[in-house]
Amino acid sequence: MSTLPSDPKTLIDAYGPHLAFMSGERVDTGTEPEKLVKTHCCFCGQQCGIQLKVKGNEVIGFEPWYDFPFNKGMLCPKGVKRYLQGSHPDRLLKALRRDPSSPTGFSEMRYDEAIARISGEINRIQTEYGNDAFALLSGASLTTEKTYLMGKFARMCLRTRYIDYNGRLCMVSAGAGNKKAFGIDRAANPWSDIQNAEVVWISGSNVAECAPITTNYVWQARENGAKIVVVDPRITPIARTANLYLPVKPGRDIALFHGILHLMIENDWLDHDFIENHTVGFDAVAANVREWTPKRTAEVTGISESSIRQAAELWGRARTSYLMHARGIEHSSHGVQNVLGAINIVLASGRIGRPNCGYGTITGQANGQGGREHGQKAEQLPGMRDIDDPEHRAYIASVWGMNPDDLPHAGVDAYEIFRKIDRGEIKGLLSICFNPKVSLPDSGLVARALDKLEFYVAIDFFLNETAFHADVVLPGSLQEEDEGVVTQIEGRVIKINKAVDCPGETREDWRIIQDIAAGVGRPQGFTFTSPREIFDELRVASKGYIADYSGITYEKIERQYGVCWPCPSDDHPGTPRLFEPGSWNPIAKGAGPFYFPDGRARFNVTTYTPPTEDVDDEYPVILTTGRVVSQFLSGTQTRRIGPLVEQYPEPRLEMHPRLAEKYGFRDGEPVIVESRRDSITLRAQIVKTIRPDTVFVPYHWAGKQSINRLTISAQDPISKIPEYKACAVRLKKESVAGSG
Amino acid sequence: MDPNRCIGCQACVQACSECDTHKGHSLIQLQYIDRPISVQTVPVVCLHCDSPTCAEVCPADAIKRTGDGVVQTARKPRCIACNNCVIACPFGIPKMNTEFELMMKCDLCYDRTSVGSKPMCASVCPSGALWFGTRAEIDKLRPRSRPINKFQFGQQTITTKVWMMVPHESPANHIDVTSAMDEEPTGRQGLLEEVFDEDH
Repeated sequence: MSTLPSDPKTLIDAYGPHLAFMSGERVDTGTEPEKLVKTHCCFCGQQCGIQLKVKGNEVIGFEPWYDFPFNKGMLCPKGVKRYLQGSHPDRLLKALRRDPSSPTGFSEMRYDEAIARISGEINRIQTEYGNDAFALLSGASLTTEKTYLMGKFARMCLRTRYIDYNGRLCMVSAGAGNKKAFGIDRAANPWSDIQNAEVVWISGSNVAECAPITTNYVWQARENGAKIVVVDPRITPIARTANLYLPVKPGRDIALFHGILHLMIENDWLDHDFIENHTVGFDAVAANVREWTPKRTAEVTGISESSIRQAAELWGRARTSYLMHARGIEHSSHGVQNVLGAINIVLASGRIGRPNCGYGTITGQANGQGGREHGQKAEQLPGMRDIDDPEHRAYIASVWGMNPDDLPHAGVDAYEIFRKIDRGEIKGLLSICFNPKVSLPDSGLVARALDKLEFYVAIDFFLNETAFHADVVLPGSLQEEDEGVVTQIEGRVIKINKAVDCPGETREDWRIIQDIAAGVGRPQGFTFTSPREIFDELRVASKGYIADYSGITYEKIERQYGVCWPCPSDDHPGTPRLFEPGSWNPIAKGAGPFYFPDGRARFNVTTYTPPTEDVDDEYPVILTTGRVVSQFLSGTQTRRIGPLVEQYPEPRLEMHPRLAEKYGFRDGEPVIVESRRDSITLRAQIVKTIRPDTVFVPYHWAGKQSINRLTISAQDPISKIPEYKACAVRLKKESVAGSG
Repeated sequence: MDPNRCIGCQACVQACSECDTHKGHSLIQLQYIDRPISVQTVPVVCLHCDSPTCAEVCPADAIKRTGDGVVQTARKPRCIACNNCVIACPFGIPKMNTEFELMMKCDLCYDRTSVGSKPMCASVCPSGALWFGTRAEIDKLRPRSRPINKFQFGQQTITTKVWMMVPHESPANHIDVTSAMDEEPTGRQGLLEEVFDEDH
């Protein structure tokens, strides 16, 4: 039983999060590093270039990497202070086993004993209950080599269908929408195309806090004359100076896209040639938006009719444009519909596949792109292949040297894995690079499910809140302790370079997985001696299909400051911009630039539905969630970095003064926020920069500060992304809690 | 400095404490103008005045301006921690470090800028609100605004080494208080109306 071995306070006292600050050589003036290692940030999908200063197997600071073209030395506060995650007092240096008799809840164990124990438990569970009784959860902050290996490990070694990854909370709506409309899942344009666009449209993206370096591209576009349109329930820093700010009611983005397309058609702001020659399905989409008049759009979205008309005119009349969106429209039970709605207004404008005419979804995690391409996703095989397609199965099985019939079929999404654990269908779990107890919605279910596991092994460098439940913990590697590639926000494959060696008994994650493969008695296919060897196999496995990496080498990446996939041959420079006229791809084979047999993009008919849990008299306020600039995802790393914690120490409940007045809340006062799932107490932050019907809470914190105890586990039917951006809550003063 | 671009991320504040001349101490102040009504923030770095008030009021002659126009942190052997500079600086830059009994301020990352590199804050700033380069480069990059380096505080006119970007259309560098009073203005009424329009 993977219940907590001790009370949470004891676990936190022993394993953190504790705060690291600059000390020792990191704060001494004049310390000369032994070497500067050119690599990338370990946090978001922009993957800014950075140089790490190394001395004595410790990263002691950083130096801007001015030559890397994407960020030219720029960094956000997380990138600046990321080096403090190394040599951290909370770092796991040895394997741990659950031990309720120990004062900390865990005892150290030898690494080889841990591998033997894990292998024995996997074999026991799979023999007793079947291969599918053991599940894997992986992450998109891992290098692509590791994510490839995780998919292979699940399918070839453990032969379980149940593997999924934390990109399920991040990029899957964008991915599914892009595949339905374009046949490929990647930002269509390099970020440089933002800078000379006439209109930059940003829907559901707090660019300044979640993708800070992208801000400079947007501001540069403005310098060059662009009009900026921002759609968000909050006036975020990128919205503050926008030409047009549309305060959409959470969960109603598709209605806005319907209304914009309606006005584009009414005013004939359409690219008829493009629609005629490069798309299918426009007529059905046009019929579908006929009833979406500005009046109706305004009623549903909560945006004024005149603003909707202005936005449509700006978008409609532009000659060049760039549309970006992120989790704001994707974290929804109709996230794929929202994405398709956005793509429909891009396709109707014909402004794609050309310089300064772009579209892109803003990737969240470091390897949010590469991590969703090569087979750790429930329904996927390497190269963006489909695990249920017989030809794809046959090809990958041939690369792996196994019988295609032995390859498992599609599994289920990460949340459904927890439901299966809760129902007793899955008995064992291995997790790496994922902290679902903080990051999944309605996290009470996650905690309950973890308690029911017969065996749970977590691989991590810190003991995160989910790993508190583990029977065995293996000490994994930090990003700077290994090498490999990741694919950033533009589809550019870049290289993470090793700065320091793994300390203590920690091991590179790919070695740990291989050790388990050997432990369970099936080492075949898991005898790589370096990330480069894994990458070379991945190149072959991806060859010939959509996410083709076969022409990418570590050397080419270094030489070109990254290579944008697809890159199908050694002499190919890569593909920064997709869908250019006359471009070739393996699906259309020259029939057209889009990734369908006829080479045409698809308009998709979309449907408006309100959020699964709309507000009512009982729960009258919309709760929406998101990020702050100084924290990252579930905070496993950033809640341990002192200067970042000091910048924004605790989650606040952001609300409009009009809402606060209704309840008599004062700024800074503790307020109970309660959904149908759970309640927590947070201090109010009263600001005019949010819709009066909505409250906002950032989600990076655990325990009693974790807003995901309240969020709803409703999911998009196609992408299975959870609806983090809208559920219903009620608010009350803490002082009256007892009497109420 | 281009406050219009600031997103309040504090990358500059965090990077300032990585500067080798004052490691562990950030000397940048980044403040919300009025968070209840706006997310607008302004990063305040030293503007490195041509005639630095901080140095002029220093009774111990501890604050030096280098030949290339960088106003340094107070000299440790001379600083008497009297706070004159902290009080006198019209931009509010110098900070008294009570632990060291020393006034510390931005020295434009002298270890970096004196050897041709960029200051930490302007290197990392992801929005270009802090930027380091030549006049010709900024004119090309930012056609919407123009740099100014002349500031008026009462009777005192200050010119600075660090320039601030302001919109082209704004003609003046300061607003006269009487413009906002119920009497004959001595300042630029037109500009004030513009400012007030934006606020409401």
